[in-house]
Amino acid sequence: MNWKLALNIALTHLLTKKKQSIVAMLGVTFGISMFIIMISFMTGVNQFTEDLAMDNTPHVHIYKSIEIEDKKIVALDKPTADDNWYVVKHQRPKNELSKIKNGLAVMERIENMPGVRGVAPQVSSQVFYNNGPVQIPGTIFGVDVKKQAELFDLDKKMDLGELNDLLKASDVIIMGKGLAKKMGVTVGDRVSVTTPEGGNLNLKIVGIFSYGIAQLDQTQSYATLATVQKILQKDPSYVTDLNLKMKDVNAASSLAAKLANQLPDLKIEDWETANQSILAGTQIRNIMTFVVCFTLLVVAGFGIYNIMNMNIINKMKDIAILKATGFQGADVTGIFMLQSVIIGIAGGLLGLIIGFFFSYLLSITPFPAGEFFRIDTFPVNFNPAHYFIGLFFGFLTTLFAGWFPSRKAAKVDPVAIIRG
Amino acid sequence: MATVLKAENIKKRFYQPTEFEVLKGLDFEVNKGEFFSIIGKSGCGKSTLLYILSTMDTEYDGMLTINNEKLTGQKQNKLSAFRNEHLGFVFQFHFLLPEFTALKNVMLPALKLGKYSEEEIEHRAIEKLKLVGMDEFAHKHANRLSGGQQQRVAIARALINDPTIIMGDEPTGNLDKANSMRVFDIFTQLAKENHQTIITVTHDRDFANGSDRIMEMEDGNIIDIAAPKHTSSYTN
Repeated sequence: MNWKLALNIALTHLLTKKKQSIVAMLGVTFGISMFIIMISFMTGVNQFTEDLAMDNTPHVHIYKSIEIEDKKIVALDKPTADDNWYVVKHQRPKNELSKIKNGLAVMERIENMPGVRGVAPQVSSQVFYNNGPVQIPGTIFGVDVKKQAELFDLDKKMDLGELNDLLKASDVIIMGKGLAKKMGVTVGDRVSVTTPEGGNLNLKIVGIFSYGIAQLDQTQSYATLATVQKILQKDPSYVTDLNLKMKDVNAASSLAAKLANQLPDLKIEDWETANQSILAGTQIRNIMTFVVCFTLLVVAGFGIYNIMNMNIINKMKDIAILKATGFQGADVTGIFMLQSVIIGIAGGLLGLIIGFFFSYLLSITPFPAGEFFRIDTFPVNFNPAHYFIGLFFGFLTTLFAGWFPSRKAAKVDPVAIIRG
Repeated sequence: MATVLKAENIKKRFYQPTEFEVLKGLDFEVNKGEFFSIIGKSGCGKSTLLYILSTMDTEYDGMLTINNEKLTGQKQNKLSAFRNEHLGFVFQFHFLLPEFTALKNVMLPALKLGKYSEEEIEHRAIEKLKLVGMDEFAHKHANRLSGGQQQRVAIARALINDPTIIMGDEPTGNLDKANSMRVFDIFTQLAKENHQTIITVTHDRDFANGSDRIMEMEDGNIIDIAAPKHTSSYTN
């Protein structure tokens, strides 16, 4: 097969029927550009919501849960003479600490496990924030400041002050934006914090943070481990939570299962379990995006199929001549396949450019997200892989759309056409 | 004289609309360098016969040999290659590719054959166009040429690969007398000077009378194969 000759003929055909070629090309262009815009925007939104949820979500969360032990038969380990069973109907929980036993040692051990990026220790407690007569319930977290910054990007969520200010003085906290607003305080003011056990401490605010999630920003505050231990009147080994970040997010659930075996008295929760609703949302959006894009490409494919079919019907005489002068069926198929593929690639590339242009426009369009979201413009994801996928599928569609008409062209019987 | 085409017991049936035997067992030979014409009334099967000889129609009984090569029963691709190299066609309707220039139309079969470089093919194509007196229109698009001009370009295209046999299906059927004369002159010249064989199907008895031999057909049979008995206005 002489590809150079086939290409020459294909190009001549396309260039003589410029209008028709451009219409066929625009079908692909429209499909691909919509694909790029939609997938960039959709994955951008997915990425945004996932980041929102994932930044401050540990991949594996280890804590001590205070649950009633399900041991209702008290006479179990005491063989008795009589055949009676002794059952406690209303159990009371033991006065248990929510402390992780040997928390810091466990932390070090987990940190050395393969695939683990880091473990941040945490002391958390329900508290009341008091500013004069105002009393607001919330949660205070004692954290390792350096690790919290490294693993959970807390330093990047600061609106006022610096995260490191926590280390520069004692008895200081940083507060959620919503919480500070409710209490009418700002950096430099003092609040008093009361625990359910009655511990009380007067703390100075050195920073305001916001995650962009109202529920967190209106209840949370952070201080150093030592400060919170002091409020709770506990020793420095008192740690209630271990927050784990993995190198590969998807390895979290398997590690969680492993840890659950090794630490039977602790509750181990991986992010997939904790964020099922977000994951489901992401999945549904992804499926929708692909369905819509696929439909667009199929419609473009039918357009090409129709145009190629018409083209071949118009060119019956030419095909007959080519065959009469010695062109083989495969040569004819090649000529029309090349036309289809050229339409596909040219239309696809143009689609990528237009798609990129509009996604760029979208990415600089201001997005009125309200004061809580840390976002100014629409979230758009520029992933080169999407551009390759788009081009590949555009190419594939034209290949399919061109194949059947081209086969038909190859089967044209020259005698039937020439004799009329 | 050497035989260049040999047809043995060629039979052809049509099944649509009803079963009908068009060719009822034809035997004949055509010699090298001969101007051979086939005449007969409409429906006598002469065009059908020509398409069998051209190897484009493969559904027939009998045996066809061209250049000592048995062509009956060969694969389509093999036949395409054979047509490309050994056969040239001129049709009643000129059938040029309208998107291409006259020159490109002539070059295409040679580009397909791929025996010469592109420059050489272009050179040869211009030679062939000169032969039919069309060299000054070489770079005109085919659809800008008149019917007679297109037919001459079509002849140049049939000649580009120096085929053994040039076949014509009513090559002058659509042309006026002056253009028919030109076609006739080109054909005689090719037969006499290049020793290429010409086989034409024609209605025009006057045109046939100018050829070397005439085969007359009726109802799928050969009535007569003989040298022309009358003089032709074409040879004057």
